[in-house]
Amino acid sequence: MEKEFNGEIRKMMIILSKATLENVYAAFVLANGARMEGIQAEIFFTFFGLEAVHKKKLEHLHVATVGNPAMHMPTMLGGLPGMEALATTMMKKEMEKIDMPDIHEFLDILVASGVKLWACRLAMDMFHYKKEDMYEGLSDVITVGDFYKQGSGLGTHMLFV
Amino acid sequence: MEKMIAGKTIAVNEEGYLTDFNQWDRNVAEEIAKENEVEMSDKHWKVIEYLQKEHQNQVPLSIRKIGKSNVVDIKEFYELFPNGPLKISTKIAGIPKPASCL
Repeated sequence: MEKEFNGEIRKMMIILSKATLENVYAAFVLANGARMEGIQAEIFFTFFGLEAVHKKKLEHLHVATVGNPAMHMPTMLGGLPGMEALATTMMKKEMEKIDMPDIHEFLDILVASGVKLWACRLAMDMFHYKKEDMYEGLSDVITVGDFYKQGSGLGTHMLFV
Repeated sequence: MEKMIAGKTIAVNEEGYLTDFNQWDRNVAEEIAKENEVEMSDKHWKVIEYLQKEHQNQVPLSIRKIGKSNVVDIKEFYELFPNGPLKISTKIAGIPKPASCL
């Protein structure tokens, strides 16, 4: 039964182009939050965003300490060896406190919640990644055009992270 | 606010969540479920009982915790309450809507 459309959000199409922890979590929380409200959600992983679904890389994502004004540290300090690792460890500790899952578990939650995960074909080719290198819950490797087609219908919103 | 549910006058908030758990019973739950296009089964009741117990013990509810509850996994939870599982199941359970984003 098709309900009358009254402007509500029905589907979130999220494009993730970065692999820093803060961006990956932002995309994942937004997708998960949509599903919790009964809104459909799909994520398109492109360029560095692909690392969030790359088996060997997804466990080693970092917080950006350089070029991130919210870190409240001088840019030169952020560039010192070990600084990113330290900030990442601290952030992961805080996340555990608020019951935030790690990247792999979060991906499992998204898949179980019905979120579709797509890898960008062009970026896959550029980085020489194969489908076997990627997280097993990935729906498929698709083109930008395919992704837009996925988003057709009333009440779809697109978001670039 | 008050609302007639299953022939009883029930105190609810503006989103339709019960404000007094003492007014909750299975008939009230059934009717709220029907309003949300959910048909209650044994599995549904098990989840509802689990949620009520967790709420009683003041455990904050989240999708992740429910996935680890051994009562229901996340996929099943979405199948039981398709249009927003945590939101709808807590409404049926007569407990407040969780403020969690996870």
